[in-house]
Amino acid sequence: MNRFLLPLGAFLLLALFLALGLRLNPREVPSPLIDKPAPAFQASTLARPEATIKREDLLGKVWVLNVWASWCAACRDEHALLVDFSRRGVAPIYGLNYKDKREDGLGWLGRFGNPYTDTLFDPEGRIGIDYGVYGVPETFVIDKAGLIRYKHIGPVTPEVLRDKIEPLLRKLTNA
Amino acid sequence: MLERILHSLLAALLCLTLASAQATEAPVAATTEAPVVAANPEIEARMMVLAAELRCLVCQNQTIADSHAGLAEDLRQQIREMLAKGMSERQILDYMTERYGDFVLYRPPFKASTLLLWVGPGLLLLLALGTLWRVLRRRQAMAPEAFDPDTPDEDAAR
Repeated sequence: MNRFLLPLGAFLLLALFLALGLRLNPREVPSPLIDKPAPAFQASTLARPEATIKREDLLGKVWVLNVWASWCAACRDEHALLVDFSRRGVAPIYGLNYKDKREDGLGWLGRFGNPYTDTLFDPEGRIGIDYGVYGVPETFVIDKAGLIRYKHIGPVTPEVLRDKIEPLLRKLTNA
Repeated sequence: MLERILHSLLAALLCLTLASAQATEAPVAATTEAPVVAANPEIEARMMVLAAELRCLVCQNQTIADSHAGLAEDLRQQIREMLAKGMSERQILDYMTERYGDFVLYRPPFKASTLLLWVGPGLLLLLALGTLWRVLRRRQAMAPEAFDPDTPDEDAAR
């Protein structure tokens, strides 16, 4: 009996591991930045080159950082959702226009709507590297103390927004 | 007929030499692709050694040295500038790990979360050797008749 149970058990274990492996998304690499201070930045804004925003300006409020670019097709998928989210005023969204041209970025916002309180302009992707960005769009939640509390890679879906991001934002705002 | 075979053989040989010549040239071409800030061969060489240790997160089975992805080019440039500023290899690897996690390292550090990764293969080998040893011991204890090919074994009898 044992000589059948053992291989069968081994097979079932292997099948279980393979099934678990199939459900993982290899593109989602857990960020080491979670619960760490958001990296410092100082960037000119997309709309006004002479105006700058830095990390310290946003301390004391809970905010969302959304990395996007006009060349990024997946950014368009989440955009309507972000526009709708910004209208509800749960928390401000700041954009990070990543490796883009100023006129392309502004044109894109003109066409699809602008959910951003302001947009940081990062033409060389330097801020992106500091935030560990590797797949646009990416979305971060940053708390009052300037700590990164959540990161979502890829387009934000209604489920992620409803079940993860919004409850977290409410919790952090009331904290 | 013989001549045609000879021809195609020659053509194949030519293709092979061309392909290998290209292959040896390729790495050089890749390094010159990103804008070179430090036209310094020493920094370039050190950068390539480091870049070969780092995983490109956009195309995960390639190193930053191999990849043509925009992010890989940016990171190569970042490494060049950091080396030019006098940062050490260790500092640069730490900088990358702080941002992208252990996953960027092609040789992840040995720690609790990577324990299975490092000792897993050895463990499997030990398990296999142990099983082999047990099976051999059992067969050693069996009577010589058990190995007689003429006697149907219990599997076949069923």
